Amino acid sequence: MSYLEYTVKTVPAGWRKMLFINWPLVILLTAIAGVGLLMLYSVAGGSMSPWAEPQMKRYALGLAVMFIVAMVPIWFWRNMSVMAYLVALALLVAVEFFGTVGMGAQRWINLGFMRLQPSELMKIAMVMVLAAYYDWLPIKKTSHPFWVLVPVFIILLPTFLVLTQPDLGTAILLVAGGGLMMFLAGVHWAYFATVIAAGIGGIYTVFLSRGTEWQLLKDYQFRRIDTFLDPSSDPLGAGYHITQAKIAMGSGGWTGRGFMQGTQSRLNFLPEKHTDFIFNTLAEEFGFIGGISLLILYVLILVFCIVSALQNRDRYSSLLILGIGVTFFLFFAVNMSMVMGLAPVVGVPLPLVSYGGSAMLVLMLAFGLVQSAHIHRPR
Amino acid sequence: MRRAPKDTAESVRKISRRGLFLGGVQLAFAGALGLRMQHLQVDQADEFRLLAEENRINIRLIPPTRGQIFDRNGIIIAGNEPSYRITMVKEDAGNVDEVITRLSALVELDEDELNRALTEMQRSAPFLPVTVAERVTWDDISRVAVNAPALPGVTPEVGLSRSYPRRGDFAHVVGYVGPVSERDLARYEIPDPVLRIPRFQIGKVGIEARHEEVLRGRAGAKRVEVNAVGRVMRELDRREGTPGADMQLTVDTKLQSYINARLGEESASVVVMDVTNGDLLGIASSPSYDPNKFVRGISVSDFGELRENDHRPLASKTVQDAYPPGSTFKMVTVLAALDAGVVAPDETVWCPGHMEVAGRRFHCWKRAGHGHMNLEQSLRESCDVYYYDLALKVGIERIAETARRLGLGEAFSIGMSAVTEGLVPNKEWKERERGSGWVIGDTVNASIGQGFVLSSPLQLAVMTARLATGKEVTPRLVRRIGDTETVEGVGNDLGFNENHLRQIRRAMFAVSNNRRGTAYGSRIIDETFRMAGKTGTSQVRNITAAERARGVTRNEDLPWNRRDHALFVNYAPYEAPKIAVSVVVEHGGGGSAAAAPIARDVTLQALYGNDPPLDAYPSKDRERIRSQQERLQQVLRENDPDGRSRA
Repeated sequence: MSYLEYTVKTVPAGWRKMLFINWPLVILLTAIAGVGLLMLYSVAGGSMSPWAEPQMKRYALGLAVMFIVAMVPIWFWRNMSVMAYLVALALLVAVEFFGTVGMGAQRWINLGFMRLQPSELMKIAMVMVLAAYYDWLPIKKTSHPFWVLVPVFIILLPTFLVLTQPDLGTAILLVAGGGLMMFLAGVHWAYFATVIAAGIGGIYTVFLSRGTEWQLLKDYQFRRIDTFLDPSSDPLGAGYHITQAKIAMGSGGWTGRGFMQGTQSRLNFLPEKHTDFIFNTLAEEFGFIGGISLLILYVLILVFCIVSALQNRDRYSSLLILGIGVTFFLFFAVNMSMVMGLAPVVGVPLPLVSYGGSAMLVLMLAFGLVQSAHIHRPR
Repeated sequence: MRRAPKDTAESVRKISRRGLFLGGVQLAFAGALGLRMQHLQVDQADEFRLLAEENRINIRLIPPTRGQIFDRNGIIIAGNEPSYRITMVKEDAGNVDEVITRLSALVELDEDELNRALTEMQRSAPFLPVTVAERVTWDDISRVAVNAPALPGVTPEVGLSRSYPRRGDFAHVVGYVGPVSERDLARYEIPDPVLRIPRFQIGKVGIEARHEEVLRGRAGAKRVEVNAVGRVMRELDRREGTPGADMQLTVDTKLQSYINARLGEESASVVVMDVTNGDLLGIASSPSYDPNKFVRGISVSDFGELRENDHRPLASKTVQDAYPPGSTFKMVTVLAALDAGVVAPDETVWCPGHMEVAGRRFHCWKRAGHGHMNLEQSLRESCDVYYYDLALKVGIERIAETARRLGLGEAFSIGMSAVTEGLVPNKEWKERERGSGWVIGDTVNASIGQGFVLSSPLQLAVMTARLATGKEVTPRLVRRIGDTETVEGVGNDLGFNENHLRQIRRAMFAVSNNRRGTAYGSRIIDETFRMAGKTGTSQVRNITAAERARGVTRNEDLPWNRRDHALFVNYAPYEAPKIAVSVVVEHGGGGSAAAAPIARDVTLQALYGNDPPLDAYPSKDRERIRSQQERLQQVLRENDPDGRSRA
């Protein structure tokens, strides 16, 4: 086991670990969460309820979770990877039977104090299990067809479960996140070229299937794609969301309309203003400056993750950190593309900013893993 | 299993390479997002700002207050009175059914209206007020206000609604307003957006319709901020509209009310005109109807009743109906003959009771004949043969021309609806319209105002005023619009020989003051107010040979709608004319019996400005007149809106 290679004595122990936490990352995370709280306060019309206060508590909880996870040595988490994946998978199956229906999809398990979205948990568990898998797999076998099929199976199993919920957004994120993990681990380029080619063919088939008996997507998903391609085709129907979102952003201009002065969000023209479209509220009230600042914060987190991963000589750790970074990237990239009219509306929240419990806690847990890998890195 | 160090190093290199590559891709994507942000928020900011403003700002019209209509003394004929309605907002009410139950215990709610309101409430947004009761009384409103805590979401609202306090008195003159219909909108190329406001009312007939644009005013507007579902969040600014201009009519309410009361249920019309300036002091048509019913939305049964009534309450008989003028036309014939020089005032014509013209026998109303008749005698006794003779001498063309100069055949634009031009026939007209040649019998018929000749009561009053003054008097109904006075309706001298006019006036004086005059029974005793007039009885049908054989020739024996029309025109005082009056009583029988007494009463009322003293009347009539006055005073008191509100 590779952790035996660590010179254990060089790894900080006890409370000294706090000194080795990647503090800039913590500050960045808190800054982003702070932006989120500000916006939730604003969209509630200048009120802590109903969104800002619970979100603040969740962030506090998330921070605690992050520190606890960070304190636990990374090799413990690596040994837990397969277990985490299996638990997440079991929850995904459970959600099929006991899940709560919301927005036309089965996604939640009500735990009493919070609603758990197993698909969120799966995003991290999959990164963990793939990192562990490639840590275990001898490098020479990485591109061997059999050893490529194993992770493909690991990825597609939960993806299939998520698709049946149905939650296209998360399914795409899972496939993309898993695929990028394989890419990072060094799987041969040719596989990716093949898959991308096949993907394009697949999309073509999906469009061909429209209107036939074997239609592969639900009607509302097709409509979302239609309105994404041409929002003006249905300005009062499905295209309404995209159009109003763009108006909100655009009307912000350089410096925005001022805190709590965004008419699009305040007067409810903006849909889902506290969840998926919260970025538009920010862009409307704080303008281009506000929007670009948040984007820079996100990019800085990515930079910190990449730097931390490259510093880390442990294969599991660096794969894990990069994987979590990629997952984080996919979150905000898909959300922002969506709310700026660059991608169809698929229902992906803006990480750490959108109102929502599962996503916030799972992300903080993931950054706890990043911190743990950072603290317990071989020196 | 331990891993070879080299292995690890190679793994790290590979992860670094791919990690850096992927990091680069991520940064590039983030850069693209930044560019998109810049495109939306910097390049297109102005367009999107505009769209955001369009989203949130809504313009709501504020309906203008409709101009009021006053009589010549400033009494309100058409005004705006507060109307109360009760509205309800679903989201504030909470339990709608319970609140409705409580409300119906306080206010009587109309079942149909309530059902309509409940359906509307289900369909529309929960924050929109829905009217549950309209035109409720002040008492109802105060009961609702007192119980406000138990009635969440219920609001008493006050608006303005058109009201006609004089009810039927001015129905035909002023008309009424009603809800805007598709036909009303079709009249305009670009309808004023204010017409689209729910409940907005537009003039339908009469002055209300003819002067709609003036009375309506211009809408104000307020800009409000609305949210995505249309709820008004706040008012941004407002621009008040311009209220409609007030109008003043020439009519005297007191006289108008008297005329209406005097006519009662008779199917009749009266026009009273100031001969010095053309002002219409009274212009009434009976029976009338209550225009307020139309404002509220008249019921089908009420409307049916008005339409079925054979006395035609909806018709504005003073201007819209044209009747054969009968003997009141004789002044025209004689004036034409005098001007043409074909007759001298003292020349006499022998009346044997009939005249043979072109092989046809034309009767005088007096079968026994009048004997020798000169101008004055023929007019005061209304001898027909005298005029047959004159007509043959002067010809239809000169008669028609004289009639036109006296105002017959002209549609006077006084602001009322459907003003007729009547008919003054001549050869060219018959050729054109009937396609047959003019025959001499047509001239004979026209000479006594029968045959093709048609004129409205308004035209007859104008004719009388012109005879009395010799000037081109034109009727005026609207005295003032806003601050602008209209021009008085007195024009130049008509160019008739004053001497001829004097002959005719003297003959008209004899009609009601000479013992042999046809209207002697309706003379005025008060010497300062004596009148000059002319009776007329126009046939609605020809008495058939069969009827004559059966012996049915008396009017009273015929069904109402086939009896003769009774007409009377007059002016007074004879020495210094002030007013001209025309009266038409449909199927009233003889002019002297049915029309002249009305004209006399109206004349005295107009000249005295009140009930005349009884000694203005012949002594044998005084007792009857006194009881008539008492009866009318009673009716007037009941109709008086001020009296009503005191009661």
